[in-house]
Amino acid sequence: MTMADQLIHHLLIPVLFILAILLPLIISVAMFVYWERKVIGWMHVRMGPNKIGPLGMLQAFADVVKLLLKEVILPTNANKFLYYLAPMLALVPAMAAWAVVPFGPETVLANVNAGVLYLLAMTSMGVYGIILAGWSSNSRYAMLGAMRAAAQVISYELAMGMSIVCVLVLTGSLNLTAIVNAQSGNFFDWFWLPLLPVFVIYFVSGVAETNRAPFDVAEGESEIVAGFHVEYSGSAFAIFFLAEYANMILVSFLASILFMGGWLSPFPESWGFIGHGGFHWLFIKAFFFAFLFLWFRASFPRYRYDQIMRLGWKVFIPITIVWVLVAGCMKYFGWVHLGTGA
Amino acid sequence: MNTDLLQLICFYFFGAVAVIGGLMVISVKNSVHAVLSLVLTFFSMACVWLLAEAEFLAIALVVVYVGAVMVLFLFVVMMLDIKQEVVREGFIRYLPVGIVVAVVMLAEMLAMIGVKAMHAHTLGPNPAGDSNVAWLGQALYTEFLLPFEIAALILTVGIVAAVALTLRQRAGVRHQSAAQQVAVHAADRVRVVKVAVERPASVNPAPVVVPPQENAP
Repeated sequence: MTMADQLIHHLLIPVLFILAILLPLIISVAMFVYWERKVIGWMHVRMGPNKIGPLGMLQAFADVVKLLLKEVILPTNANKFLYYLAPMLALVPAMAAWAVVPFGPETVLANVNAGVLYLLAMTSMGVYGIILAGWSSNSRYAMLGAMRAAAQVISYELAMGMSIVCVLVLTGSLNLTAIVNAQSGNFFDWFWLPLLPVFVIYFVSGVAETNRAPFDVAEGESEIVAGFHVEYSGSAFAIFFLAEYANMILVSFLASILFMGGWLSPFPESWGFIGHGGFHWLFIKAFFFAFLFLWFRASFPRYRYDQIMRLGWKVFIPITIVWVLVAGCMKYFGWVHLGTGA
Repeated sequence: MNTDLLQLICFYFFGAVAVIGGLMVISVKNSVHAVLSLVLTFFSMACVWLLAEAEFLAIALVVVYVGAVMVLFLFVVMMLDIKQEVVREGFIRYLPVGIVVAVVMLAEMLAMIGVKAMHAHTLGPNPAGDSNVAWLGQALYTEFLLPFEIAALILTVGIVAAVALTLRQRAGVRHQSAAQQVAVHAADRVRVVKVAVERPASVNPAPVVVPPQENAP
């Protein structure tokens, strides 16, 4: 192999694949923000954005341009290096986690064996961006928000990790493609049914982990203005925003992959086109879960802080620990149907 | 450029970053920067382990140390009001002792690596195919089940001991009972009173009272 060949195969093609995931992700973040404002508007009996572009669809892009043109303000006595590093530390793990997400039986950027562990590692690193943003801003509100966010993320990570362990016990693999293949069969063979309590806990923990309503005490507007990113403006704020929404979409995709059969079709194979699996099914499922985030935000009042901690430590973690044992019994006695992805 | 050479370059790069990070931990002025340097060191070590094809250990290092332990360290360091002058006072004075300890440790490690190298035998092919996570899991839960469970038990005892040592019962603290809060009925808190509709009585305004002027000049 010549040098040029190697460069093309080991550098150019992977970079193109990465762009093929990240560019749609960034565009879908923009459209998700528009959809969120629209949905919440409807739920509040308002119009939502409707001025810029057809049906207001270009609103999010106009906001991006506005944010990018604004000045990034550095607070007095802020730690300059960490202040500018923090948004990057929030964004990079949120993007890097997408490397192992499978969109189809063969469609995955990195089909690694320890894919689930990699995801846990990436999501647990996102908290550095939050803590450092809060600390380096040299602001009381930002510090309080950072402390709340970090305590919450660490607490719910445990419940999330334990609920993933239940999936791993049934599948016997850390590979996300293998996890989807183990769910092949019909709608009732997907893991949402045998792992129903854990499925609910996973998604609620995902909402808490991304600091979204009703668990958004980290940026509770009525108490601490905007929490950890109160001092950030312009493009630095836009990066935090992008990271938060990319994380929300990631949690939606993971809930679909781990518990709802990923790209598998809910209908029998004999039903022709709609019976075949494909990435469109994954997108439909993920869209549903992403919609739940918005629905929660429009419906529930914010949790009190001690209630959040109680729910995480005293309710979710014990239930998941018990369900790991239940899942072990299911696997050992063969109570669940495990597909092979044929 | 072959793959071995690339791996070697990567190894030295990650190793150098780890060493520089380690030196920064003990030399930078700002203690938050020191904690972050330690995070960098852990991360580069995880990369080195990935090069050695120990994926599970590498990712577990990131999950456990970078994702959890160092976050708590960062928390503590941010909360503490550390006076840099006091901390750095003895740095030069104790430096010779530190260097001696470091050199002795280096010699011991080199000796151990030398002994290991003499008894080195090449590992057989991975019995579980290409996934060393599955291999490790199989080994831990079959061959090494007893040590594994004992380690788990010791860790649990450690957690209980830490909680028992730091838990102090204070008198006069009023705790919230979540069960009571959840079980409360609207009727316990709000009383709806029916008030009969009536015309507002025409009341004469109170007569204006002119205060008596006391202490008038």
